[in-house]
Amino acid sequence: MSAFDSPQNRAASGTGYFASLSRWNIFEILFWLALASLYFWPHADLVLMSQIFIWGLFAMSLDVLLGYRGIPSLGHAAFFGIGAYVAGYCGKFGWTEPISALVLAMLVAAGVGWLTGKLVQRVAGVALLMVTLGLNLILYDLVHRSTEITGGDDGLQGIVIDPVLGLFRFDIFGRTAFWYALIVTFVLFVATRAIIKSPFGLALTGARENPRRMIMLGAPVEGDVSRAFALAAALAGASGALLTQTTQFVAPSSLSFQRSADVLVILIIGGAGRLYGGFIGALIFLFLRDWLAAISPVYWYFWIGLLLVVVVSFFRKGILPTIEDVYTRWRGRRGASP
Amino acid sequence: MSAVLTVLFNGIAYGFLLFIMSVGLSVTLGMMNFVNLAQASFSMFGGYVMVMAMQWFGVPFLLTLPLVFLVIGVLSVVMERLVFRHFYNTDDLTQVLLTIGLVFMSIATATYFWGGTYQRIDMPPWLIGQREIFGLTLETYRIFLIVIGLAMALALILGLERTRFGAMVRACVDNRRVAGACGLNTGLIFALTFAVGGGLAGLGGALSANLLGLDPNFPLRYLVYLLIIVSVGGMGTISGTLIAGIALGVADVMGKYYFPQFGGFVIYVLTVLCMLWRPQGLMGRKA
Repeated sequence: MSAFDSPQNRAASGTGYFASLSRWNIFEILFWLALASLYFWPHADLVLMSQIFIWGLFAMSLDVLLGYRGIPSLGHAAFFGIGAYVAGYCGKFGWTEPISALVLAMLVAAGVGWLTGKLVQRVAGVALLMVTLGLNLILYDLVHRSTEITGGDDGLQGIVIDPVLGLFRFDIFGRTAFWYALIVTFVLFVATRAIIKSPFGLALTGARENPRRMIMLGAPVEGDVSRAFALAAALAGASGALLTQTTQFVAPSSLSFQRSADVLVILIIGGAGRLYGGFIGALIFLFLRDWLAAISPVYWYFWIGLLLVVVVSFFRKGILPTIEDVYTRWRGRRGASP
Repeated sequence: MSAVLTVLFNGIAYGFLLFIMSVGLSVTLGMMNFVNLAQASFSMFGGYVMVMAMQWFGVPFLLTLPLVFLVIGVLSVVMERLVFRHFYNTDDLTQVLLTIGLVFMSIATATYFWGGTYQRIDMPPWLIGQREIFGLTLETYRIFLIVIGLAMALALILGLERTRFGAMVRACVDNRRVAGACGLNTGLIFALTFAVGGGLAGLGGALSANLLGLDPNFPLRYLVYLLIIVSVGGMGTISGTLIAGIALGVADVMGKYYFPQFGGFVIYVLTVLCMLWRPQGLMGRKA
């Protein structure tokens, strides 16, 4: 090892800093192995598991906007729905190959996201919440009302999805769906992680913390909002497409306000600005929902509401950051004692 | 022509109802910057208090209204002291999530106590039916709503502009820290404003039960409308809330009457355009 390669020198040079930032640690590797190992659990509910990956990916897409750029959106389901419907129309009108349809769904969603970013980049605070919510409601209403094109409440019927890579058919036990959702989610996670840990990601965080200072540092923040929106929308579109392809069905509920609220709840429970927060939140939220809906079908929303109140009251940063803090403190104490 | 006027009239009555429900939210938002979505739940509980008072204790309809105002006012001040005041210094999103959590809990609570179905409401005979006014056949209950709504708006505007307490409230809306530094007990003013706003929300809920129907999903159905009114009107302004409420009521009723195929579309497009044009709301001042 040459002297030039010492950690201090690497941290001082720009690329070295980003290289050390993006190194995988043991917990991350264990986390993904644990998700994959869920497949081998006895009596594992594979359909629920794929739902967790899809919601986790969706929550991560919101995290790019909210956690890293600091833009709250009350209408994130719009992008999810766009992805879901693009994938649905592909399957209905003969484009049955799933991976290319997924990419198309991402591109369409990213385009809409970019335009949305352009539209809202000058608005902030409550007005921003209202505009994103309004756009979501407009889209929902359009889809909900155009019964001839979208099937309205009944959803899109007759979606055909080819086997993945021509080898793995989507089966009723959700085996293919599990691996397809997990692998797509993992690939997109790795890509997002690379983007977030790049200079662009750092600039996003900078603009979240203090846009004025970023301008003074000579870093342009103008296009940031639309780029963050495009990235977040592409990821949300991918999760929507995954839902369509694994269930071979789309309904207007894929872009309902309920979904926008749920994904926000998931991200906040897990912890925003962490990449993994959305996945932790999705695990907790969906398992809890599944369990509560089984024991009290009518009142389970009470417990979700209580969970939300408890999380924002006592773990204001979300569950994952709270655990991280406790862990860091514990390590600090252990390191201090001889 | 008379059909247009009747639809317009129905929209205005609806708008006054929305105004009464949302004015408390607007003032607390302007004053404490606190996004209280649970305002919609206060309205729902207001409706249930009225139904209970009428069905179980036989209280006459007109008497239930001040009762609802008092009960929900006390309930909201209790919530303010116990929960909300700890969240005044947090960001918008935390407040939205906290109060939406409370909305979820309130829906389940209402389902537990009163069941998931719509409540039957028996109006007194003098409020049922239609009356002829200026050659128009108008529903009596809507006339009643407009009268009450006008009285409320007038009382609020005069109360805020002409009374000592109103001046204190305005001082807090303008600048909370300076108002505190001048010796005003801002905590007490907040609590009282919260009580009045909550009481009005409850009153709005009680008045709307007959027209809009009362079931546990009431808060979620009208939450979006309240948010639209408050942000379009501009936070903390009573006149803005009134204008936005009536505009929304008229646009909604007219849209659903003349273009039923579009549904809520008209309102949402108008809202988005309005927010992009004036992010601070119609009557709001630039932050």
